[in-house]
Amino acid sequence: MMRSLKRAYMGLVYAFFYLPLFVVFVYSFNSGKYTTNWGGFSTRWYESLVSNSALLDAALNSLMVAVCAASLATFLGTLTALSVKRYHFPGRRVMYGGIFLLTVSPDIVMGISLLVMFIALKMELGFVTILLAHTTLCAPFVAVTVLARLEEFDEHLIEAARDLGASEAAAFRHVLLPLAFPAIAAGWLLSFTLSMDDVLISTFTTGPSFEVLPVKIYSMVKLGVKPDVNALSAIMFLFTLFFVLLAQAVSQIRRKQ
Amino acid sequence: MPRLPGGGGSAFRAFGISVTWFWLGAFALLPSLALLLVSVLDRGELDFFIPALTLGNYRELLGPVFLRVLWDSVRLAFFSTLVCLLAGYPFAYHIARARPKWRPWLLLLVIIPFWTNSLIRTYALILIIGAQGMVNRLLMALGLIDAPLVIMYTDFAVFVGLTYTLLPFMVLPLYASIEKLDTNLLDAARDLGAGSLRAFWHITLPLTLPGIVAGCMLVFLPSLGIFYVPEILGGAKNMLLGTFIKNQFLVANNWPLGAAASAVLTLALILMAGLYRLSSLRVAGREKKGLLGGNGDGKNPRREAANLPEAALR
Repeated sequence: MMRSLKRAYMGLVYAFFYLPLFVVFVYSFNSGKYTTNWGGFSTRWYESLVSNSALLDAALNSLMVAVCAASLATFLGTLTALSVKRYHFPGRRVMYGGIFLLTVSPDIVMGISLLVMFIALKMELGFVTILLAHTTLCAPFVAVTVLARLEEFDEHLIEAARDLGASEAAAFRHVLLPLAFPAIAAGWLLSFTLSMDDVLISTFTTGPSFEVLPVKIYSMVKLGVKPDVNALSAIMFLFTLFFVLLAQAVSQIRRKQ
Repeated sequence: MPRLPGGGGSAFRAFGISVTWFWLGAFALLPSLALLLVSVLDRGELDFFIPALTLGNYRELLGPVFLRVLWDSVRLAFFSTLVCLLAGYPFAYHIARARPKWRPWLLLLVIIPFWTNSLIRTYALILIIGAQGMVNRLLMALGLIDAPLVIMYTDFAVFVGLTYTLLPFMVLPLYASIEKLDTNLLDAARDLGAGSLRAFWHITLPLTLPGIVAGCMLVFLPSLGIFYVPEILGGAKNMLLGTFIKNQFLVANNWPLGAAASAVLTLALILMAGLYRLSSLRVAGREKKGLLGGNGDGKNPRREAANLPEAALR
């Protein structure tokens, strides 16, 4: 009795998570214009997306920002995690606290504070500003991901390498980096999706000359239910699904070794 | 921890540390200070702000307009957080106590919505609660109602939207916290005659407190800031904090007022981060005294929440 109640509750919450996404997915193939009726299967809304050149431009811009920001953030975040983990230096705890605060601070505050700084520095809002903003958004997540991984392994490994005559840089290159690799890869994938999905910070840190996908989607979504938005949402969801599964696979393979 | 290289010598060390400091300074500290400064400046006629110090922006926050916005926002955020906690705790608990074989899969099903764009998820919700949505059509088909219920563009819709988009942010830190709980403690309590409710109240709840605080922080703070959920589901009827701040920056061009309003969010962040630190120190303290097995690692809650591939496979 208790057991089936438990199962029913779990099922209910999972249904709550997935039912809306499932409905969007189904209706993205509805040939009718309205969600009231099922007009038969069709891919016309996907076709109309492909011919929407403003949307494609925004998607391309977003991809460019996401790849660059994820790579920069991965570099920065990994460097941070390694420094915090490996060295004692004045302000180490402050650094750690700062990273922690950045991961939990509301995105809108990060967005407006960067906007204020960019404008004060007379920078034009566009690719560079949104790239810097997204890097700042993502790097702390990479840092905590990599740190979590570094906590797991034996500290003495790197000391052993040093004792055997490896330079500090060589010890990083041959001991720490390979161990941290799955977390670094997962950090990159997470950063990439964060950047592709970010509405709040993008709203403030890019200008009309450089439109990005999430902001563009937002302006479409605000107008209500539209079949082409269903299709776009379905694509975005599948895209995220792919990245989550990839990140899972990366960490799973390496852990088994 | 074994000896950490303390003294200089390594160029690598200097590079890593200085790059991190530069980044934190230039892209976190400097913008925050700039925002703080703008919040005490005057609004300019042509410029976004002019260099004249004033506390007028903060005084304006005490007026009826902003207090109304603040009250509506905090109320909605509070109830969303509460419902997320009440719904999320048993859910996370059952995942953590599921068979080890099932656990990664159950968790993966929470991680997927966690990574999915909440804008897309908010949009998806319209198809469920809209006038032509699933809920209404189901109820009408069953003959329970004659005309569609008005759910969209109400406070209730915003509440549903916030709960729906933020629930995974509650479940994941809770799961991390519950999963680490030493079940021997519960067995011991039961052997000593404690009922399950009593064991939960005296052991499970205090030891998972850091997870609870972390989850509440990750739901409460964003629910004050994400402007798109109320804008999509609530319509323009009543403005919430996120939209208020956004409008000061992008529509009304009153940057100083927007900056001052965002101080509310920063204050909430500092309070909740402090609370989290306290709760995890307390649990860590008990652990040290050898009284209880442990859960208070004093680590980053997002370590578990953000980084799912790792947490899922532990």
